[in-house]
Amino acid sequence: MRLSAMSPIVRLITQRITLGILLLFLVSILIFAGTQILPGDVSQAILGQSATPEALANLRAELGLNDPAYIRYFRWLGGVLTGDLGTALTSRQEITATLLPRLWNTLFLAFCAATVAVPLAIILGLLAVRYRNGVIDKLISGFALTSTSLPEFFIGYLLVYFFAVKLQWLPGISTVYVGMPFLERMEAIALPATVLTLVVLAHMMRMTRAAILNVMQSAYIETAELKGLRQIEIIRRHAFPNAIAPVINVVMLNLAFLIVGVVVVEVIFVYPGMGQYLVDHVSKRDVPVVQAVGLIFAAVYIGLNIIADVAAIIANPRLRHPK
Amino acid sequence: MPKAAMKRPHDESCSLLEIRKLRIEATSYSPGGDPQNTVIVDDVSLKLEKGRVLGLIGESGAGKSTIGLASMGYGRGGVRITGGEVLLNGRNILARGVQGLRKVRGNKVCYVAQSAAAAFNPALRLMEQVIESALLHRIATRADAERRAIALFKNLGLPNPETIGRRYPHQVSGGQLQRVMTAMALCSEPDLIVFDEPTTALDVTTQIDVLAAIKDAIRDTGVAALYITHDLSVVAQVSDEIMVLRHGKMVEHGETRQIIEAPRTEYTKALVSVRSIEHQEKRPAACPVLEVRNITAAYGGHVKVLQEVSIEVHPGQTLAVVGESGSGKSTLARAITGLLPPTSGMITFAGRTLTPRLAERSTDDLRELQLIYQMADVAMNPRQTVGTIIGRPLEFYFGMRGRERDHRVAELLDEIEMGKGFVDRYPAELSGGQKQRVCIARALAARPKLIICDEVTSALDPLVADGILKLLLRLQKIEDVAYLFITHDLATVKAIADSIAVMYQGRVVRYGSKTEVLTPPFDAYTDLLLSSVPEMELGWLESAIKGRRMASGGN
Amino acid sequence: MSVSSAPHAKGRRRIPIGAAIGLFFIGLFLFAATFAPLISPHPLGEIVGDVWMPMSGEHWFGTDNLGRDLLSRMIYGARTTILIAAAATALSFTLGSILGFTAAVVGGWFDMTMSRFVDLLMSIPTLIFGLVVLSVLPSNVVTLILVMGTLDSTRVYRLSRAVAADINAMDFVEAAKLRGEDRAWIIFREILPNALSPLVSELGLRFIFAVLFLSALSFLGLGVQPPQADWGGMVKENKDGIVFGISAALIPAGAIAALAISVNLVADWILNRTTSLRGGRGNA
Repeated sequence: MRLSAMSPIVRLITQRITLGILLLFLVSILIFAGTQILPGDVSQAILGQSATPEALANLRAELGLNDPAYIRYFRWLGGVLTGDLGTALTSRQEITATLLPRLWNTLFLAFCAATVAVPLAIILGLLAVRYRNGVIDKLISGFALTSTSLPEFFIGYLLVYFFAVKLQWLPGISTVYVGMPFLERMEAIALPATVLTLVVLAHMMRMTRAAILNVMQSAYIETAELKGLRQIEIIRRHAFPNAIAPVINVVMLNLAFLIVGVVVVEVIFVYPGMGQYLVDHVSKRDVPVVQAVGLIFAAVYIGLNIIADVAAIIANPRLRHPK
Repeated sequence: MPKAAMKRPHDESCSLLEIRKLRIEATSYSPGGDPQNTVIVDDVSLKLEKGRVLGLIGESGAGKSTIGLASMGYGRGGVRITGGEVLLNGRNILARGVQGLRKVRGNKVCYVAQSAAAAFNPALRLMEQVIESALLHRIATRADAERRAIALFKNLGLPNPETIGRRYPHQVSGGQLQRVMTAMALCSEPDLIVFDEPTTALDVTTQIDVLAAIKDAIRDTGVAALYITHDLSVVAQVSDEIMVLRHGKMVEHGETRQIIEAPRTEYTKALVSVRSIEHQEKRPAACPVLEVRNITAAYGGHVKVLQEVSIEVHPGQTLAVVGESGSGKSTLARAITGLLPPTSGMITFAGRTLTPRLAERSTDDLRELQLIYQMADVAMNPRQTVGTIIGRPLEFYFGMRGRERDHRVAELLDEIEMGKGFVDRYPAELSGGQKQRVCIARALAARPKLIICDEVTSALDPLVADGILKLLLRLQKIEDVAYLFITHDLATVKAIADSIAVMYQGRVVRYGSKTEVLTPPFDAYTDLLLSSVPEMELGWLESAIKGRRMASGGN
Repeated sequence: MSVSSAPHAKGRRRIPIGAAIGLFFIGLFLFAATFAPLISPHPLGEIVGDVWMPMSGEHWFGTDNLGRDLLSRMIYGARTTILIAAAATALSFTLGSILGFTAAVVGGWFDMTMSRFVDLLMSIPTLIFGLVVLSVLPSNVVTLILVMGTLDSTRVYRLSRAVAADINAMDFVEAAKLRGEDRAWIIFREILPNALSPLVSELGLRFIFAVLFLSALSFLGLGVQPPQADWGGMVKENKDGIVFGISAALIPAGAIAALAISVNLVADWILNRTTSLRGGRGNA
């Protein structure tokens, strides 16, 4: 089907996804370039100042560092597209094999946090709108202001200190392994998931409140009130269909934040996920791992942003029913 | 239509709507400060009999919309009804709680908003919304309600009445939406409809059709109405009686004929006589100060918004450029000032040829050609004082400094009838009329030969606008400056123009001296435009519509 | 509605309680940062006793993982944290606002290129891109400031470009252009005074972000390197004590939170004040 022959909504979504893929491609260049800005080279960084010239030359040849940058980039990109993320410099292991279980762990943790945070944020956002300028609203916005200013590790260690050390309800270190029973796994990630929820909750709630408030202050809500509709009907028939897109948008954007928050939280709880893997290898200056993990984080982030935009496009009646 | 018979019986002795000693207050919260209380409506009483139409008129801030909504027990924003009674069929609706109010709203009293485009839910089809309250209050079955809606669409002159209900709000034009909203209000067969400026947002040629449709619908259904507007000539066409409001208080209340023909209070007299400025038409001079020859302009290189436009402005005289939204009249101003360089044609100003682009013009060209904007509050830098705003052109063009400049600023403030006390004020501390006066002073400070006035009075209340027009005419005599006056309002044109250009779809369709342009025979568009402007006389609407039907019959 | 001359809120210039608390803490931290060598009871690296001694009259906050006085390290940490965060904020603001303003006023290809590049940079989470870059750059304070400042300038760029573009489209700027004013007048006299208040409140938010970003990096071991210490680094040093019930790590973490909340409260207050000055509707 030709682009011009499609309905505008299909065309817009196609455009958005194409743009996302292009963006991801550019991001891969940027990440690759970002690891090339050092005047020295990786082999020097790995072997240190005292390395012999032969050792340096050997390593350089082994890493393919004698080729020009763009060739190395395409070699790397080709590998990524075929699922081969390269070999870690430090451990000499296949990155893909090490990374997959960790990616799963991270997604599981993020998913658990999201299943709590999303409904909670929407309910609290609705409450704040319902009792606008009242005590509940003030409390909620005060909490939001505070918790956006708190570093993740402050919340994290506070929870560990009280719930793991003083009360000894939950483990302070989240050890998980393959084949772990589900309930044990849930217990292990209870604290990190709580921290993640708290980190993302405030922002999501604030944005949900703003999105719903924006709809509730529209003239058509007044029209509905002047028809004599009950509050619940107004919300169901008139507010909800218009609020759904902005709220989905808010949720997706915040899930993107959540993915980033994972990095610090995993380090706090020594949780074997992507974030800890990344941080470990940044301090070891293991460039191939950093590139691979960075790219995956960016891909998840961009993907969530695409979903947010597509949701907004689909929910817009002007696009669904063109003139 | 079978009505009234179905309604619950009520005491015939009492009026349909009676408002007694209504008092409405609002609390505004300024961040960091204590909440402030303002009285919006103070001690207003009125009575409305079945089937009658009461016009509520006043300037912005008069509290007319607030009273209209109070008849439904509704307060917008932080507005509260703090005193008085609203009796509907003899029962005080304010005393019946939320539950009781809900039974009244959309059932016995319905509302038509100013902007139908915003008042419809964008996510629902029109029919769903039109019949919603009829279904809610169990007035009709879905099938009956839809049938009734279609009949109303037909009566209100909507195209494709059978299918228009399946459309979404954004798929229908503004004038049509306003009619759909009227149908929505009529659909549940209410006793009373509150029309809140239903035609204000529409172009004048659309307004007349909507107005006629509303008037017919009121007559056919026998519904009573509160008709709220700031335009006395509009309300004179539809209402049986008129109440004039100012600052939340009643000024005068009487039969429409009495208000229009024999107003009792000074304020009403002023409202009635607005725009009746006497202006002696001047004859064209030998050589015009501005000559525009065949200019064509386009946005983005494609969309032609001006086509082959030619006009002349004579020294010390006023050319009014009149047209509806989208006619290209404001684009003409942008083309002359060089903000949108024309693609072809020539502009001669004070004997010199103007370069198309602003950047290449000499300081004198810039100085002698000034522009005054429609929205005075965004035309002034909010961080500069009145003194700086008026003083800057003096510094910039004439190199005036210190006391010399301050002296001239004071002179200019005098000329615009504002005292020296305003020098240190910021724009936010001025009223709408004062802001526009400062903009006029800023233009005058450059000692221009020509001022382009772009809709300078259309954002102002009628009396304030009147003051601005009188000031402009007086200044024209003193400073001998020419005006190119862009407006959509023919009453303004009649008040101040020496010659007129009528624009339609980017072209000048009629051009000449005021007398020539306003004397028949007319071309089709000018005829439509002229016949659409409401006049402050009873029965104008009927004769205008009749004249129009005859014309279209003749075609 | 016509704007009747707004009543002046005289005699109501009192500072709300939240902002007052914020100002107090900001003052306290700035004082500690400025006069660190004078008020600190012990030098930065001096070992004064046992590891993780509890709070006492002699050592108000106890000692850290190496037996150094925690209060002294907190005071020096304030200096490092605030200095680096402030420098990064200054860099991001200068870079972002100059480029953003220029893009808005000049427009054309410059605007196009800059804006697309910023879109690209912002499509990667800041922390992730920061980690990628820091994996190859030398770990020192200058690098940190440069990386943090550059990455964060994208946000300032977007904001200042949007604000300036909004103002640039207003009639009073057009009036100035019609008068024949040059670009400098338009940027500095017409646009800048009106762009200031949104930018000032953004300044607070950017500073908070810089503090949190720096702390996160140091906590991950990629920010300020020992023996230098910032608060984030001190959390890292003392975090292993937590599982033994030693709360030393919570003190620097709490200080970061207190600083961020204080700046937030003050920025919020300034923003509200300026919007009420403009007669805006405030927070709807």
